[in-house]
Amino acid sequence: MKSKTRTYVISRTLDNFFGGVFELLQFIGKFFRELTPPFEWKEIIRQCYYVGYRSLPLISVTSFVVGIVFTKQSRPSLAEFGATSWLPSLVAIAIFRALAPLVTALIAAGKVGSNIGAELGSMRVTEQIDAMEVSATNPFKFLVVSRVLATTLMLPVLMFYMGFISMLGAYLNILANEHTSFTTFFIKALEKITFLDMFSSLIKTFIFGFSIGIIGTYQGYNASQGTLGVGRAANAAVVASMFTVFIEEIIIVQITNWFR
Amino acid sequence: MHKKHTTAVSEEIIISIRGLEKSFGNNHVLRGVDLDLYRGENLVVLGRSGTGKSVLIKIIVGLLKPDAGTVMVLGENIAHLDDKALLQLRLKIGFSFQSSALYDSMTVRENLEFPLLRNSRQLSKEEINSAVKEVLEDVGLQQTIDQYPAELSGGQRKRIGIARTLIMRPKIMLYDEPTAGLDPVTSVEINSLINEVQERYNTSSIIITHDLTCASATGDRVALLLDGRFARVGSFDEVFNTNDERINSFYDYNFIK
Ligand SMILES: Nc1ncnc2c1ncn2[C@@H]1O[C@H](COP(=O)(O)OP(=O)(O)OP(=O)(O)O)[C@@H](O)[C@H]1O
Ligand SMILES: [Mg+2]
Repeated sequence: MKSKTRTYVISRTLDNFFGGVFELLQFIGKFFRELTPPFEWKEIIRQCYYVGYRSLPLISVTSFVVGIVFTKQSRPSLAEFGATSWLPSLVAIAIFRALAPLVTALIAAGKVGSNIGAELGSMRVTEQIDAMEVSATNPFKFLVVSRVLATTLMLPVLMFYMGFISMLGAYLNILANEHTSFTTFFIKALEKITFLDMFSSLIKTFIFGFSIGIIGTYQGYNASQGTLGVGRAANAAVVASMFTVFIEEIIIVQITNWFR
Repeated sequence: MHKKHTTAVSEEIIISIRGLEKSFGNNHVLRGVDLDLYRGENLVVLGRSGTGKSVLIKIIVGLLKPDAGTVMVLGENIAHLDDKALLQLRLKIGFSFQSSALYDSMTVRENLEFPLLRNSRQLSKEEINSAVKEVLEDVGLQQTIDQYPAELSGGQRKRIGIARTLIMRPKIMLYDEPTAGLDPVTSVEINSLINEVQERYNTSSIIITHDLTCASATGDRVALLLDGRFARVGSFDEVFNTNDERINSFYDYNFIK
């Protein structure tokens, strides 16, 4: 009896999970079908602005701290080999290959993903999405496509911004210890960064941005009735998009390593 | 208290519903609904909470798909329309939501402009401005033009919701519980707004309510939804002049004799 219920619960959970994945895939399919001109340019630009505006303060602070702390913590290990001159390139590689894309994506998932989930969720629950539909506007194109495009386009921008600010933080630590000039530091730092590094980070953040946008809009657009649904949509948007970002990170790192 | 005069109601049928059925799982909400809306009339749909009144008008605008039956709107079967034709039809229908459904992130002006900007792109700025001013005057809320929905009262939201549909000059108006949650005085104001709209815009309307004051003040005809069907259709007095206990109790509770 007991094991029977347990099997039942497990199969129900699996059902829900794969049902959810299937619905999400359908949602993604709809996104590409609706990705046709005329585009809602005004709305896309407005959303790009929001994505940047919402995450900029947090990204600025985080990246600066990451830059300083990472450099500070790496210093002793390199100092053991008398190799502190490698510090700039070590930091640059760590930041541009791994830290900047991942941290940017996690911050955006938290700030932008939850916001999109809550915003569309409350529009769904208060029938604003239905109102758009009956006033002969395509709400999917207006609300979903514009937001997904905005996160997809803005995440790479935020990632490069994050990388740059982190490097400033790193420079501060290096300046305090080695009195290296700014230009020398940057030349040294960028020496070891390859085109592949930048390119894979760029592609990665495009994918992260798309995932955050599509998951946030999916959760909000399909929020169930009632105010509870809004909170649930916001929460699910953050959890699911962070989870997805981690999975994608692992897969993309594997793929890039084949090319090295 | 009854509606005083009735504007010339023609024999022309604007909406025709036959054998409409709709279920959600085991919940059989509509079980064979037949209904006609004539040109120029205000048809009140009465029914208790949860009888499927909102579902009915959502099916009329294609927000929900029926399980069975036909819905003809302005001579077109909504089940056979493609996306584009459905959009065209929706432009002729004004839908006033139970919850008003104003766009929270936009001011009153932007709410009103929204359907215009997206559907009549050739309009100039002045034309849009004057259209906004005109519908705001119709609902008597000129002073709220730059406010956000959160700053409005429930009655004001309802009016702005109605104004937002009027701006597209609809041929059909669908009101979902226009007076629900409003005080009696505001309700009376909304009732006269509904009658003004009928006259001024020559609309044919379905008014959903469980407020009998609203029903008798606005309705040219009344239809009572009971157990998934229209149990009685006719004038207000015809509908309630019956021995049917289920209908009488509905009446009694509203007017506590
Ligand atoms: N999208 C939906 N999914 C599942 N069930 C629904 C949905 N919409 C409505 N229902 C169910 O259909 C029934 C009728 O709902 P509807 O909103 O039409 O009632 P109503 O007559 O408008 O009531 P009220 O006067 O309270 O607004 C309810 O039992 C409701 O639970
Ligand atoms: Mg309702």
